[in-house]
Amino acid sequence: MSGETIDLAVVGAGPAGMAAAATAADLGLDVRLLDEQPWPGGQIHRGVDRLAGPKTTDDPDRAAGRALLHALRQSKADYRPRTCVWHVGPGDDGVFELGLRCDGAVALLRARHVLLATGSVERAMPIPGWTLPGVMTAGAAQSMLKASGLCPEGPIVMAGSGPLLYLCADQLAAVGADIRALLDTTPRGRYFRALRDLPAALRAPAVLRRGLGLLRAPARRGIPVHRHVEAVEAVGDLGVTGVRWRRGGRWDQTDCDHLLLHQGVQPHINLPRLAGCAMEWDDVQHCWKPETDDWGRSTVPGCWVAGDGAGIAGGEAASDFGRLAALGVAADLGALTREEAGRRATSHNRALAPLLAVRPFLDNLYRPDRAFMLPADGTLACRCEEMTAGDIRKAVADGCHAIEAVKQYTRCGMGACQGRMCGSTVPEVIADARGVPVSAVGTYSQRTPVKPLPLTELAKLDTVLNPPSTETAA
Amino acid sequence: MSQESLDIRFRRAVRRATGEVTVEVDGRPIAVGEEDTAAAAILLAGALPNRLSAVSGSPRAPYCMMGACFECLAEIDGVPLQQACLVQVADGMRIRTAKGSPT
Repeated sequence: MSGETIDLAVVGAGPAGMAAAATAADLGLDVRLLDEQPWPGGQIHRGVDRLAGPKTTDDPDRAAGRALLHALRQSKADYRPRTCVWHVGPGDDGVFELGLRCDGAVALLRARHVLLATGSVERAMPIPGWTLPGVMTAGAAQSMLKASGLCPEGPIVMAGSGPLLYLCADQLAAVGADIRALLDTTPRGRYFRALRDLPAALRAPAVLRRGLGLLRAPARRGIPVHRHVEAVEAVGDLGVTGVRWRRGGRWDQTDCDHLLLHQGVQPHINLPRLAGCAMEWDDVQHCWKPETDDWGRSTVPGCWVAGDGAGIAGGEAASDFGRLAALGVAADLGALTREEAGRRATSHNRALAPLLAVRPFLDNLYRPDRAFMLPADGTLACRCEEMTAGDIRKAVADGCHAIEAVKQYTRCGMGACQGRMCGSTVPEVIADARGVPVSAVGTYSQRTPVKPLPLTELAKLDTVLNPPSTETAA
Repeated sequence: MSQESLDIRFRRAVRRATGEVTVEVDGRPIAVGEEDTAAAAILLAGALPNRLSAVSGSPRAPYCMMGACFECLAEIDGVPLQQACLVQVADGMRIRTAKGSPT
């Protein structure tokens, strides 16, 4: 691809990316929206462009998704599905270079600004047997339902913590899923401690009402809920055949064909890390996120981050964050004045206020429990390279204190997923072994390509990429 | 608790308004929605494990369904190691999994 330079490349066609691309294009910018999936919507609005969807009592997201999609289609934004972004970094002249791959062909795109709207990934829940066929994330099962109307066949057990677990249980039960048990790992005392954040959360009564409805859903659907579960294990040989769990010190078990795990979500930070954005530790959400200002501006000039990828605030907030970033980019490029951008931002910030006010309540309530972040020695931490928590502890004992040293010693984070699965567990185990806070351990650095691509395809690229910018130690 | 073979699958719970296409999973034809992914076809066909892990050869199956985990890898139309959850089906598509090609 030669010499083509656009105003703005948006990565990720979820709520933040769709809203940002449409807003920026409506302001006259030359925008390209790049997304790896075959269809728009991201995870929350997956399948929004088709399928009536599961008949549930609780799907206010769908209307919002349809509106975002409509605005995108009305705009002049150039939406490119099936397009993986495997590189992003500043070129020689300060213009960003993005490495793309679509339908088996690679290309380079040059963009004056880049907005990373890569959303969130589900936090790993590394328990014994979590790699067995039949075990998947709750979000994965929900994706299949939303996009294709598929449901796991046979008995199901769901385990973990957080609103998505209950939403998914409700949606699956609505289409006749046989959910034998919901194992809630939210530790005892969390509700009591979250009470201090409740007054602020009352500014978002709709969110709280919806959450309360979800918590009551299992009773309405006849799903047994086991609260304060302390340990969960998937049982099976070739695939999952049952689940064991400990509660109040006592083990119990049930047979099942599917185990759906969920332990909250965290920002998907691979691209911001690669772009060289400075990261900050969010102690309440217990995750790393790129440092951004009120507009979504990262520490790398011209690189913006919006939506859950900049810190978890949910899909509804993501669209407003996307619009704010689009206004910021447009102001920087002179497509509208700072005053006009500020004026337009007011309504978005007003919409965001209650959605952000409810976060401390939710985040403190559903902060992942240490028991599910620190697997036992024999449990796999890294699914790709098949390294156990014990292997990581041994690496630390052998003198690998820095996360990069552990990575090189064990290959954790160097497999096909590039740390997307083990990126939360490995730092946690290192921190625990060293007796330091996890924030002191940092997070995996990222290198091009952030997604594997065949050398035969890369070799066809007739351009030399600039090396990624020097990374700041997290 | 040893298993002879695996029968873990998904079923169609919500009917689609869109058309159907036929794909082959490990040589067996299966009707799927034209807007399903290859991973959906694998789950409908119960073709698990779809892959064996590179290090120990342990059985694996689609895990995240959003392009992050690389567990749904399968051979699609002769091209190995495709992320099946990111590939839309097409009529006549041939999907091969570890279940259908024992090593």
